[in-house]
Amino acid sequence: MNRLAIPKTYKLYIGGKFPRSESGRVYEVLSHTGDFLANAAKGSRKDARDAVVAARNALGGWAGATAYNRGQVLYRIAELLEGRRAQFIAEIMSCEGVNAAVASAQVDEAIDRWVWYAGWADKYVQVAGNANPVSGPFFNLSVPEPTGVVAIIAPQGTESLLGLVSAIAPALVAGNTVVVVANENAPLSAISLAEVLATSDVPGGVVNIVTGSPTEIAPWLATHADVNALDLVGAGDLDWVELQISAADTLKRVLPPETGADAAAPALNRILAFTEVKTVWHTKAIL
Amino acid sequence: MTQSPLATYQPEQRALALIGGEATDTNLRRYLQGIPGIDAVGLEARAADLGTRSIKTSSKRWAIDTIIGLIDLTTLEGADTPGKVRSLVAKALVPDPGDPGTPRVAAVCVYGDMVGAAVTALGSAHAAAGETEGSGVQGVRVAAVATAFPSGRASLAVKLADVRDAVAAGADEIDMVIDRGAFLAGRFGQVYDEIVAVKEACRRADGSMAHLKVILETGELNTYDNVRRASWLAILAGGDFIKTSTGKVAPAATLPVTLSMLEVVRDWHRLTGVRIGVKPAGGIRTSKDAIKYLVTVAETVGEEWLTPHLFRFGASSLLNDVLLQRQKMTTGHYSGPDYVTID
Amino acid sequence: MKFLDYAPAPESQALLSLKSDYGLFINGDFTAGRGTPFQTINPATEQQIAMIATANEADVDDAVAAARHAYDGVWSRLSGSDRGKYLFRIARLVQERARELAVAETLDNGKPIKETRDVDIPLVAAWFFYYAGWADKLDHAGVGPNPASLGVAAQVIPWNFPLMMLAWKIAPALAAGNTVVLKPAETTSLTALLFAEILQQADLPAGVVNIITGDGSTGATLVNHPGVNKVAFTGSTAVGRAIARSVAGTDKKLSLELGGKGANIVFDDAPIDQAVEGIVRGIFFNQGHVCCAGSRLLVQESIHDDVIDRLKRRMQTLRLGDPLDKNTDIGAINSAEQLARIRELSDLGEQEGAERWSADCVIPENGFWFAPTIFTNVSTSHRIARDEIFGPVLSVLTFRTPAEAIAKANNTPYGLSAGIWSDKGSRILAVADKLRAGVIWANTFNQFDPSSPFGGYKESGYGREGGRHGLAAYLKPAVRTGSRSIAAADHRTLSVSKKSASAGKKSASAEKAAK
Repeated sequence: MNRLAIPKTYKLYIGGKFPRSESGRVYEVLSHTGDFLANAAKGSRKDARDAVVAARNALGGWAGATAYNRGQVLYRIAELLEGRRAQFIAEIMSCEGVNAAVASAQVDEAIDRWVWYAGWADKYVQVAGNANPVSGPFFNLSVPEPTGVVAIIAPQGTESLLGLVSAIAPALVAGNTVVVVANENAPLSAISLAEVLATSDVPGGVVNIVTGSPTEIAPWLATHADVNALDLVGAGDLDWVELQISAADTLKRVLPPETGADAAAPALNRILAFTEVKTVWHTKAIL
Repeated sequence: MTQSPLATYQPEQRALALIGGEATDTNLRRYLQGIPGIDAVGLEARAADLGTRSIKTSSKRWAIDTIIGLIDLTTLEGADTPGKVRSLVAKALVPDPGDPGTPRVAAVCVYGDMVGAAVTALGSAHAAAGETEGSGVQGVRVAAVATAFPSGRASLAVKLADVRDAVAAGADEIDMVIDRGAFLAGRFGQVYDEIVAVKEACRRADGSMAHLKVILETGELNTYDNVRRASWLAILAGGDFIKTSTGKVAPAATLPVTLSMLEVVRDWHRLTGVRIGVKPAGGIRTSKDAIKYLVTVAETVGEEWLTPHLFRFGASSLLNDVLLQRQKMTTGHYSGPDYVTID
Repeated sequence: MKFLDYAPAPESQALLSLKSDYGLFINGDFTAGRGTPFQTINPATEQQIAMIATANEADVDDAVAAARHAYDGVWSRLSGSDRGKYLFRIARLVQERARELAVAETLDNGKPIKETRDVDIPLVAAWFFYYAGWADKLDHAGVGPNPASLGVAAQVIPWNFPLMMLAWKIAPALAAGNTVVLKPAETTSLTALLFAEILQQADLPAGVVNIITGDGSTGATLVNHPGVNKVAFTGSTAVGRAIARSVAGTDKKLSLELGGKGANIVFDDAPIDQAVEGIVRGIFFNQGHVCCAGSRLLVQESIHDDVIDRLKRRMQTLRLGDPLDKNTDIGAINSAEQLARIRELSDLGEQEGAERWSADCVIPENGFWFAPTIFTNVSTSHRIARDEIFGPVLSVLTFRTPAEAIAKANNTPYGLSAGIWSDKGSRILAVADKLRAGVIWANTFNQFDPSSPFGGYKESGYGREGGRHGLAAYLKPAVRTGSRSIAAADHRTLSVSKKSASAGKKSASAEKAAK
């Protein structure tokens, strides 16, 4: 007799915990063939608000961690993801309807992307910073620093895991904390990734994942005064211009949607997009 | 501003009250290191900014005459003779033979053994000891460098003898040097005690005192923080004036150094109500430079400091440049070196 | 007479020959604007200096078209070294005509001649000189090999540093290979138009730089013009916000340099006399018309009284009056409108219970003036502690610990500048790390240099001006054939146009349908 499987309850990931939506709502996640896979939490604006609070609270610790430490933590995610390849491959196959080879290639690329970004943590400052030869007796240094709390609309197309990783990893490199609205149709790998994050060394609140409707949640994040930046990479199907207009109220840094095969491709500029250059002058004299 | 009770104290009492104990190395270090530091870049920028003031027409005329009246006309050469000193004194009394309205300088400054010659040469023009300003025609004072000037490397007994000699010969003012070696080695108590002893040696037989200018030799102290601490130390110990330099060490007076000393004098006045004089010496050669000092004094401690009792220029070649400017302002055309006298 | 009264020392206006009317500078020539001309006045006397043309929509079209034509036909085809040579020429011409420009700026803006002479105009020349050298070295600008220029840059600048802001905008734009349409502020167009004459002397190809004058509506028309590829704005946060909204969904690259409420933090171990100078420089430089002004003094409680006493004494030596007098420290407020705002906020400060003190100044009869003023007993909740006053008005707050200083300094929607005064290097560096501001001055304030990036965090805007970062604001990575492999991932453009996004939208839904 076959053993009866134990299905997983897919919940939100906020502040290092896995709460249900405060609204109590769920929505059905279907396989590519239309079969029921799971009831995912349907996050609300209040969940998004809680996620922003968690992200803000985690910011000091994450941004203040040494670059070496952040690099190791991000690398640790790759290690754990590698150990759970099978789970992600299975979820991707069922959700996205791809074969094992394609799913496996996506997981591998997601893992490698963590590794690539992890390596940037203690280098991007060197590449993007400057000692400035000002004409006066001053020590003058410009360094990029994290922008703060970054809200991300994850890519909504195929490749749910890779899209999510490609969106959140670069923001994390510099020390930002993120609130990400997951792929609406294929949220399973997002919540499974949350389990990886929760069991790796990523401090609670550094990554917060809200599943549900981007159409419903994105406006609350775009207008939230305590969000510093908005990555609309996966918002191409939303009224993203309206979101960008809302974001202007508090002068949020905004990245527009990206589509096609090249969307959210790994790039130093994705890291730098969520940094602020700080220039410090200090007097210099021997007398 | 209400008068501070510190104003009524004798210098020693005042120092002890301020540093909170005997003038030991430890107590003095604690006190001096509690004084806020100086950021050299900001100090120099402020001095440069003051140097951009544009002094024109009537203000310039006033400045030029004021500068002459603040000069300690100086000769400090191994080759000095009574004849040279007589010549210096003549120049001090009549800086510009072509214009009898030219003010006299504040003082002549000579080595101790030349004091007698200077006093003789001045004759009735010698300012009476203790004379206050504003009592008719300004007398010219005699200042003597002492305490094994310029290095100060002699025993205390020799230094004090040097001072007593000069005072006995009629010096109105003593320009002493501090022991820079002791200061840089942290022996603040020794520096303090020496100034106190020299001050006492300035006492004349009648009980009156020759004015004491304390030369910090800022070029050897090197840092502005040292200059500031040495300034406080000299004032605590009873100096009437603080003076930048001997003129024998480069750099001598600079505008930022003088500014930093003026700030100490200003703060001392805020603290005690007592006014201390400042004398930049060495390196000030042009009237343009000297005007920058006047501006710095006026904007830092106030223009009431622009009197010989509270501010002097230690200089030799400055006077002739100022006279050339004065002639230009009088005649409207540029003058030349043949139209001012060498001393 | 008191010596400190200093006899008048006015800078001569003899070398300045102004026209009575100024047109728009479009395609290399001056042309009459089609809007209603307006007068520019000397804010120190309220006398008219000249009449200035207003660019209407058709003029803006012409200017953008001229810039596009010059971009396509000349400037984008020129070698970097030749672009650099033009910028070097401009730098030299500015140096040659520095005194004239300084006098004109002082007349038009009201700022003291000693500032235009010693700060504004020298920095204008330095800015062109710095970016001139970048023009043929763009591979090293930090955006990858063979970076591309953006096209036509629309630039709108404020009235507080008129020619300097022009230089901050035009120099990097041209070095990077863009052409420019620039709109100076309504009250301070004069030096931009003199600068146009310099461009003629430099023989800069027609249309590479176009200068159009007018009020805010001209500026709005320009930044909203569909023909521009880049918008750079310096000014108020309110206008910056409106611009950010208006360019949303477009391809235009945007940099904003907006308001501030800079904290100037004085610790109890500060070099006190320099700190007082820094406070003065922080808030009274340029009458406080400085976006990065140190308008909030955060002073450690233990030294509050001493610092305020020293500050007041120092403020008594500030000389307010004729901006053309070389000894003037505080010039005129730029406009009646700005003066009204400063008065309104200052009156509010008193109503809110803060204690007001102003230096004794004789206020001239004509013109717009405001005596240097400080408010003590200010709370973080007071309007004068939160709103940008943009005038010579300092709000003084206290703190007890470094943590409190940092918290109060950061407690603002702005994040442009901050100052730290302390003798303790390790503390300075740690506090600087924690301040959320784009420019931090330690034991100094209000220093600027073309090699040093300048710009804000949070609502003070985004993008940097100055340095390598300022150049990157006018460049995009080379267009590459798409590969998302990590090997190819280095620098790539992140901006997509509305058009391409909706194209993507279409293909995404097509994909869905195919499933």
